[in-house]
Amino acid sequence: MFEVRIHSRGGQGGVTAARLLATAALHDGKYATACPFYGAERRGAPVVSFVRIDDHPIKVYSQIRQPDLVVVLDASVMETVDVLHGLKKGGRVLINSSHKPEFAGHTTFNVDLTGIALKENLVVAGSPILNTPVLGALAKMGIVSRESAKEAIRGMFSDERNVKAAEAAYKEMCA
Amino acid sequence: MKKIATGNKAIAEAVKQALPGVVAAYPITPQTEIVETIADFVTSGQMKSRYIPVESEHSAMAACIGASITGTRTFTATSDHGLLYMHEMTNWAAGARLPIVMANVNRSLGPGWNIWAEHTDAMQERDTGWLQVYVSTVQEAYDTTLMAFRIAEHNDVLLPVMVNLDGFSLSHIMQPLDTVEPGDFIPPLHLPHAIDTKNPTGYGGLTGPDQHFRFRWDIERSIRDSVNVIEETELDFAARFGRRYGPVEEYRCEDADVVLLAMGTLGKEAEVAIDILRKEGIKAGSLRLRWFRPFPKLDLAGKEVVVIDRDYSFGYGGIVANEILAKNKCDVYNVIAGLGGQEVTYDDMAGFVRERRIGEESWFGVNSHV
Repeated sequence: MFEVRIHSRGGQGGVTAARLLATAALHDGKYATACPFYGAERRGAPVVSFVRIDDHPIKVYSQIRQPDLVVVLDASVMETVDVLHGLKKGGRVLINSSHKPEFAGHTTFNVDLTGIALKENLVVAGSPILNTPVLGALAKMGIVSRESAKEAIRGMFSDERNVKAAEAAYKEMCA
Repeated sequence: MKKIATGNKAIAEAVKQALPGVVAAYPITPQTEIVETIADFVTSGQMKSRYIPVESEHSAMAACIGASITGTRTFTATSDHGLLYMHEMTNWAAGARLPIVMANVNRSLGPGWNIWAEHTDAMQERDTGWLQVYVSTVQEAYDTTLMAFRIAEHNDVLLPVMVNLDGFSLSHIMQPLDTVEPGDFIPPLHLPHAIDTKNPTGYGGLTGPDQHFRFRWDIERSIRDSVNVIEETELDFAARFGRRYGPVEEYRCEDADVVLLAMGTLGKEAEVAIDILRKEGIKAGSLRLRWFRPFPKLDLAGKEVVVIDRDYSFGYGGIVANEILAKNKCDVYNVIAGLGGQEVTYDDMAGFVRERRIGEESWFGVNSHV
């Protein structure tokens, strides 16, 4: 079972990112579950959501304690949240940033999702949309296929700029 | 068609396909997404039902009662405080023999204020005459809601059915959902005592001491008959759509010396605990109790049973454990766990079995030693 924890801030679309990732995995022929942790959310507060992907039906409902991958949609949450908490030895980190931070023992991937969203003018209520471009980065990492990522996005959003942004992230991501 | 959906959305999809004449509801966390989605279906014309927004859950159930007695299919959804606010009317719905289907998203009762999963809300409706089923996956929530209409409306039953799902851990989780074309799986409703304006009849009249018990017994007779109706409905569902559940879901129980029993999402995650215990050489199996009313006959004689109760009857004990003890000659270790959404993992559950103290009761996180 492959387990992903997504860090973001309330209102940034972390829950939708989890849903898109699970949907893309389903299109790949896998089983997947996505669940946000529902606490006392409010816009701007650090939040987490979880995705599990497996070849077999998933029976686990409790929270992910040892993720294989941590996705950070907003690097500023790292000032208050230990995003590496519980990350498996050798586990990977994907971060929305033009700079690559160094995390000892972990392979880090970075891509400027915010820049991509702004370039495509994917902005809602003043916030850049990060949850569709991040699928492109996840496809580049091999978590889901590129085609399934696009299919998942098209299934939820009719605006083709979302797919363009995911494609841009696929091409621009740095390992 | 396969897609990713939440437990709440799955229920709304099933209700859309069952096409009730009337939906009357009041929103409450974590159920709101069900009635919100149904309201969207009605507004957008995808569902030709009458949606009655009301000012409270008491009125929601009263409106469902009024609708159902006209002989139309009726649905509502609620959760915890909303369910308890309906309590007078839930008794009425069963007593008036109205096949209303309700989704109840199990949530803890305040105070302290808590919006997460617990079964005590539905347990407080235990003696109303409603059939109760507890589901554990998004797919099962969908399938069971479709089945609930057929069971409730069957001529041998004519009682309301409550489909229970864990707040957040199931209502808000996103899992694969395979929707079906129900076709004639749910036959048209023919309520024998529906209001007929051409043939006026009195309803809800005084029943004296020489009659009242007969109506009570009639509810009990029907709920006993519902066992066969549930089985027949599940068999037909399996034949048409390929998925079967049963009154309980057994997992590796054949040669088990110790059985881990739970309901809802904990009952599903328990299967992972069983795989861990089996690897350690412990002959354990799990039983997920699905139908709670009618309470299924279980084959537990001579076994050790670890019962997880996500509920409690103060001054007595875990409700499920004590119901099992009352009807089965088995030895029970009762763990009270998961109240108010308390995190309980498969590792924790494996620990309950390894460290079981038969004949005792423990509260996880308080005085259990795992």
